[in-house]
Amino acid sequence: MAQKVHEIPKSIQNKPHHYCPGCGHGVVLSIIGELVDELGLREKAVGIAPVGCSVFLYEYYDFDSVQAAHGRAPAVATGLVRANPDLHVISYQGDGDLGAIGTAEIIHAANRNENFTTIFINNAIYGMTGGQMAPTTLIGQTSETSPYGRDPLTDGYPVRVCELLNALEGPYYLERTSVTTPAERVKTKNAIKKAFQYQMEGKGFSLVEVLSQCPTNWKMTPVESVKWVNETMKKTFPIGRVRDRGAE
Amino acid sequence: MVYGAASAGRRTMTSSSSPGISLKQEGISYLVGSRLPCVIANVMRGGPGLGNIAPAQSDYFQAVKGGAHGDYRCITLAPTTCQEMFDYSVMAFNLADKYRNPVFILSDGALGQMMEPVIIPDEVPIEQHEKSWALTGAKDRKMNVVNSLFLSEKGLEEHNKVLQANFKKIEQEVLIYDEYKMDDAEHIFVAFGLVSRIVHSVVDAAREQGIKAGLLIPKTLWPFPSKRLSQLAEQAKTFMSVEMNAGQMVEDVSLAVNGRRPVYFYGRLGGAVPRQADILEALKKEIQGD
Repeated sequence: MAQKVHEIPKSIQNKPHHYCPGCGHGVVLSIIGELVDELGLREKAVGIAPVGCSVFLYEYYDFDSVQAAHGRAPAVATGLVRANPDLHVISYQGDGDLGAIGTAEIIHAANRNENFTTIFINNAIYGMTGGQMAPTTLIGQTSETSPYGRDPLTDGYPVRVCELLNALEGPYYLERTSVTTPAERVKTKNAIKKAFQYQMEGKGFSLVEVLSQCPTNWKMTPVESVKWVNETMKKTFPIGRVRDRGAE
Repeated sequence: MVYGAASAGRRTMTSSSSPGISLKQEGISYLVGSRLPCVIANVMRGGPGLGNIAPAQSDYFQAVKGGAHGDYRCITLAPTTCQEMFDYSVMAFNLADKYRNPVFILSDGALGQMMEPVIIPDEVPIEQHEKSWALTGAKDRKMNVVNSLFLSEKGLEEHNKVLQANFKKIEQEVLIYDEYKMDDAEHIFVAFGLVSRIVHSVVDAAREQGIKAGLLIPKTLWPFPSKRLSQLAEQAKTFMSVEMNAGQMVEDVSLAVNGRRPVYFYGRLGGAVPRQADILEALKKEIQGD
């Protein structure tokens, strides 16, 4: 007898998305949809779409959504949860959005331990604009604006956002994961689930940083890009729990 | 934060003094683009740059013509007294909710620190406008989206047409101004905010010297009382705009008068407040020069 083993979450619209083959965004999108369904959050959820490849999140979510100015998602999230603490606010940002133009917003929202969840997609590059060097670009990594590789003398060092926020008293939960294998996908889902549960309990600010492949701008095949995350990117951005106030 | 709280459907405001408002221009453009109501109080100080902290009116262009990107307008209220500061704050929230657009309260460093008696009515007239667009959770309805992104040319043009239709509606429905000794006025002053109170005395002083002066006080700077000024151009001999800037509102006065009468300007810069005697002197000089 036929058995349904997978279906599109109710919180995600059933339509093709625009992400490139091999990109990690789509995986994280489906994880969010599954969790919003499983935790019964759809009727109180508000998604925040950032600027970047995930700017069209509101085209995929099937719950209330708002599009934020570049880097301002944590400020918009703060406004939403303070105006209506019953909302479940899911803020989603890439590394160009969160780590460069939005550095001030994320630091202060985390420091105030605002009660929302940030899902931070780190693919070590500006994806949507065509592969420029990001704050998270690795030393030696080539990009459109670092054709000879990132040189710390002129370009500084990759920003480790989880570790940076871990210097603050405020944030409740910080974890870095990846979506390179089914097992890693499960770990990412568990991390985002924990963040959502902490938010439901009013514990405050969580950030889950997901290392994500960008085969298009890395100029790799999807398989090569997965290998690069596992073998190269994780040396600079070690995966694992950085802080969990709930487990202390 | 204002953008987020306004998205949630709550009455929301922010305030600052000149440089802080410059910083907020990005958000103002997004608020208009996403049709979110909010109130923005700018207690103007001297500029440009860090300037000083003395009263000024040099952000007229920024508020009225728009300091951020895109085709947009913000209703701009210009109180002249502490009572109006209170009344217009109530009105600003009502107008913002009614038209789903940010509303400026444009005052200055003197009005902002002034102490005057204020009568607070027993019942503050707060209007309730339905906000079916607000992000309250998609319960028993389809999802709501607050957004200013329209990638297709056609989509964005259509969105802009909706915004422009709203601005047109505002222009037809919102207008506040006051007049002083206008009936037989030949020389008409135009001044807003703090300066209008000084010019009030100038009108009396001028009339003592036999000069038939009058005063128009725009209390909405956008929409601007252009039609009234155009009417007044029929009876007046001259106009003079008095401002604490290098001449900003005077451009709107000139547009309304449209070359039919001379439009003069007197202003002080950098946080200086014009003196009654100097304003009268400036008018007399212009009139005698004609």
